[in-house]
Amino acid sequence: MSSSAPGSLAVAGATGARAAGSQRPAPRPAVQGARASRRRRWTVRAIALAYVALLLLGPVAMIFYRTFEHGITPVLNAATTPSAAHAFWLSLEIVAIAVPLNTVFGIGMALLLERGRFRGKTVLGLLIDLPFAISPVVVGLSLVLVYGKTGWLGDWLAEHGIQVIFSVPGMVIATAVVSLPFVVRETMPVLRELGVDGEQAAETLGASAWQTFWRITLPGIRWGVVYGVVLTTARALGEFGAVSIVSGRIEEQTQTLPLYVQDRFENFDATGAYTAAVVLALLALATLLAMNLLARRTRRRTQV
Amino acid sequence: MAIEVQEVNKRFGDFVALEDVSITVGDGALTALLGPSGSGKSTLLRIIAGLETPDSGDVVIDGHAVTHAPARTRGVGFVFQHYAPFKHMTVQDNVAFGLSVRKRPKDEIRARVHELLALVRLDGLAARYPSQLSGGQLQRMALARALAVQPQVLLLDEPFGALDAQVRAELREWLRRLHEEIHVTTIFVTHDQEEAMEVAEQIVVMNHGRIEQAGTPRDLYERPGNEFVMSFIGPVNRLGDAFVRPHDIQILSESDGTGTEALVERVVHLGFEVRVELKLHDGRELWAQVTREAAAELELREGQILSVRLPAPRVFAT
Repeated sequence: MSSSAPGSLAVAGATGARAAGSQRPAPRPAVQGARASRRRRWTVRAIALAYVALLLLGPVAMIFYRTFEHGITPVLNAATTPSAAHAFWLSLEIVAIAVPLNTVFGIGMALLLERGRFRGKTVLGLLIDLPFAISPVVVGLSLVLVYGKTGWLGDWLAEHGIQVIFSVPGMVIATAVVSLPFVVRETMPVLRELGVDGEQAAETLGASAWQTFWRITLPGIRWGVVYGVVLTTARALGEFGAVSIVSGRIEEQTQTLPLYVQDRFENFDATGAYTAAVVLALLALATLLAMNLLARRTRRRTQV
Repeated sequence: MAIEVQEVNKRFGDFVALEDVSITVGDGALTALLGPSGSGKSTLLRIIAGLETPDSGDVVIDGHAVTHAPARTRGVGFVFQHYAPFKHMTVQDNVAFGLSVRKRPKDEIRARVHELLALVRLDGLAARYPSQLSGGQLQRMALARALAVQPQVLLLDEPFGALDAQVRAELREWLRRLHEEIHVTTIFVTHDQEEAMEVAEQIVVMNHGRIEQAGTPRDLYERPGNEFVMSFIGPVNRLGDAFVRPHDIQILSESDGTGTEALVERVVHLGFEVRVELKLHDGRELWAQVTREAAAELELREGQILSVRLPAPRVFAT
């Protein structure tokens, strides 16, 4: 009895729809409607394009234009000064330490927040986002208050001969703090979508927790992680405010690329500033490109 | 290997998933856990596998108490409801997973995977990814993956739930034959009584976290222990507190005074079976199941008034 009822209902539904269809108005207004919606679509596209052009493409293009205005030689000269080279390598060094730190921490924290069951989870989740909400300058100042000479840990650090503020460790910490949420926030939704079935299947098949993580969980969330790493890298490379405060901006010692750009700009060395800015932009582009290539290659291989 | 579940209780917050559940499954048996959704059958299966821990009670596999042993040490093959394929691995890597985490030699793994893929008829698809397989193929891959590590026990959670009717019927038949071939103790969860009757040697009927009755399909059908089992297994007419099977209702060709008068409200032809919806003279409604031949002989048609003989109805103490 129950099996025939839904069937007959479906048939009735289909006939109903057909009847409604035949009562539609004549096709002419429909054509007009299509034209209107096409116009609307173009308007939306134009606005979006103009917005991006004015805010992003224009300014970036101008930097490139002004940099290469007088040919390549002054650019090469500006890029190879000792201060510029030092700033470049220092920036890479900080990224090379802060990004892996945040990646490992981020994956662990995402697992904890997504899979863990404990009190205070919501609070921890909110704390993770704090670096997004607080101005980087405030982050820098707070680090000085803790690690600086007169800070909480100042005496202890001085006794053990460790200098954090006005040196590279402090800059790494500042960079790590401001770029902390990216891997966590990019990984969590992917982790949720992945679910626990695969992990449980691996467990019943005899895999240890460690084997399950490396062979099932990590491959399952890799795109979230990769995207998080790219965002972390971009943020770490470009960080200015927090690093500016904890670094003390000592030329050829604690000057990263963004700080160098600022320094050159203030000293009326336009070519130097533009050149460093272009290098920064190229580094960011390279990161995005690397992610895209990586994504395309693995996706082709696994067809997911 | 024999499985014993002893007085297991499990709650999720306020929800009682299992209440004093005890079952025994013999070595090599093919058992179905049958019940409506929320009856606790999947939870019971997951507790046997070690994917959930009971609040109290014990799980014994092959004489060893494994209640608190982790899933990976129980020697249990588990097939998940949605197959849980490893999407980033090929079919052969999926099947090889259990052996490869045990660090078996490569040659052995290759040979075993080959053998299993032949067993589940996926030989040609070894290099495919799960996204390129159909539901039925995924199901068979999940089964091969679970069997690769030679489990003592095979557990399947709603193994055919997500498949369309035809593939379902095929896989049921195939699972039964596979079980005859490899004879591993098997428990599967289902909400479909027909599936349980067709595939299992023993059925455990569950409802509201309790076991209603356990026995062979025939036992349960012919000697249901209570109202729930009677109405869950096989078709049934309810007449107040009593139950009558539709095929036990006799339609008489001539009124001989021993029957009850009934009005034919509807005659539904379902192939061999014909379903006759009746209204008794006292207003009670029920349906009778007769064969095509019987229906033709009786010249059944709607609006007809005829005489039926009801069997002694079954009444269960509540």
